[in-house]
Amino acid sequence: MSVLLENLGKRFGDGGPILEGVNASIGAGEFVALLGASGCGKSTLLNIIAGLERPTSGALEVPADGAAFMFQDAALYPWLTARGNIELALKLRGVGKAERRARATELLELVHLGEAADKRPHELSGGMRQRVALARALSQDREVLLMDEPFAALDAITRDLLHEELTRIWRETGRTIIFVTHNVREAVRLGQRVLLLSSRPGRVVSEWDVPVAVKDDAAAAAALTADITARLREEIRRHGK
Amino acid sequence: MASNVTALDPGPALETENETEELRALEAGLDELQSEASHRRRDWGRVALPLGAVVVVLLVWQIVASLGLKRQDLMPGPLDVAASLGQLWQGGQVQQAIVTSLTRGLLGFAVSIVVGTPLGLLLAQVRPLRRAFGPLISGLQVLPSVAWVPAAIIWFGLTDATVYFVVLMGAIPSIVNGLIAGVDQIPPHYRSVAKVLGASRFELALQVVLPAALPGYVAGLKQGWAFSWRSLMAAEIIAVGGSLGFGLGSLLDQGRTLSDMGIVMGAIIAILAVGILIELLVFGPVERRLLRRRGLLAGATR
Repeated sequence: MSVLLENLGKRFGDGGPILEGVNASIGAGEFVALLGASGCGKSTLLNIIAGLERPTSGALEVPADGAAFMFQDAALYPWLTARGNIELALKLRGVGKAERRARATELLELVHLGEAADKRPHELSGGMRQRVALARALSQDREVLLMDEPFAALDAITRDLLHEELTRIWRETGRTIIFVTHNVREAVRLGQRVLLLSSRPGRVVSEWDVPVAVKDDAAAAAALTADITARLREEIRRHGK
Repeated sequence: MASNVTALDPGPALETENETEELRALEAGLDELQSEASHRRRDWGRVALPLGAVVVVLLVWQIVASLGLKRQDLMPGPLDVAASLGQLWQGGQVQQAIVTSLTRGLLGFAVSIVVGTPLGLLLAQVRPLRRAFGPLISGLQVLPSVAWVPAAIIWFGLTDATVYFVVLMGAIPSIVNGLIAGVDQIPPHYRSVAKVLGASRFELALQVVLPAALPGYVAGLKQGWAFSWRSLMAAEIIAVGGSLGFGLGSLLDQGRTLSDMGIVMGAIIAILAVGILIELLVFGPVERRLLRRRGLLAGATR
């Protein structure tokens, strides 16, 4: 197992619990979509897995080297070129100078941005920025890649393309990916498995396997999407007064 | 919760070379459509407009002077001032004064940068220090550095140390405050990204915080230069004699002693000219380049 969460709980100060009794086990090389409405503590959960925050109860097991992280905002440094952003990440990891350059070129090629290596973030489109951010996250060379709604702010055409791109890169690199999203279709399209989190407190209430056969069959994928959406809405209705 | 994931393999290898190529071509097309072409052209207005403004000011000045509202020796026109500047130039006094003042100003400014930068970074990054010393530094920026001249004369006598002390007291608080303001405006996610990427506290400060704060820092440097130049002039006007060299402030003071408005106005223009030149040759280009590289210049009036 790559990531193991056991009875994980988190509360801030005296407030109500954000996460309570979260159980999940995610295998090495697996692509898991984490689905939930607002207030399900998805980002908190990712922060805990990334080691940025500590859980208040329960236990977790993650690879010793931690996890790479990709945010909704590409969060590239505007004073560096695309290549410079990746090289900085490699530098902070302690990679030598000559190797940094070669590795950055390689990663930019992987996300099909070899041509744009010397452009600055403001010269790139939103989709290109997210690809640079993806290359930067991959430069971490960690087994686990955490993605916090990375494509939420993109237009539909670009998002569609990046789904394909991410699937291809996942196959090529064999990373374990935990992908947080609000979007049921995105979850079904990307994940091998979809975990549904409840809101306030967040806990895994349901999960679905998404075999390749279902992904490739539009009707089956639509049926599964409808199924998951119904369950998600039921979870949201519970909070109405 | 027991998960029953059996098939972890990524599925059949339907990814062919062909498909990858197709995806790459698709992305290249979309990238092209979504990128804006940036074009730059030579902008003569940047030279012509300020020159025109100077000509207008000189013309107005000449006209007012020619009206004869006051005696010509009390209110010389630009031509009279140019004449006395020419005389001073022949005597070598203006050149000497400019070199002396500029050397002091630049040296004092350089020392201020060396002292102010780590100080600003430290105050911006360490909360207790910031809370303790922040108001004091802001206060020092409000205090006119001329106020230090009497104290400096008592401590250091009429030596260069007096002048440098006053310059430092003028420039350092500006540089520190500029850097702090720059750091305060850094988007919080820059730091979280750095943390995720594994930056140590030191690396965070040097590789992320300092470059991210650069626009604010440069604004602080610019103000710091202005303050050191001003304080220098004030110090040179007040403290004359001793082992002190002959600077632009001393020239101004000499004009006052001689009641020679030509010298006074000439010195003022020389002081102003140095300030304008430094802005045009150093800070202007640096700031523009900085903002352009970050994509912050579009639509600006600079």
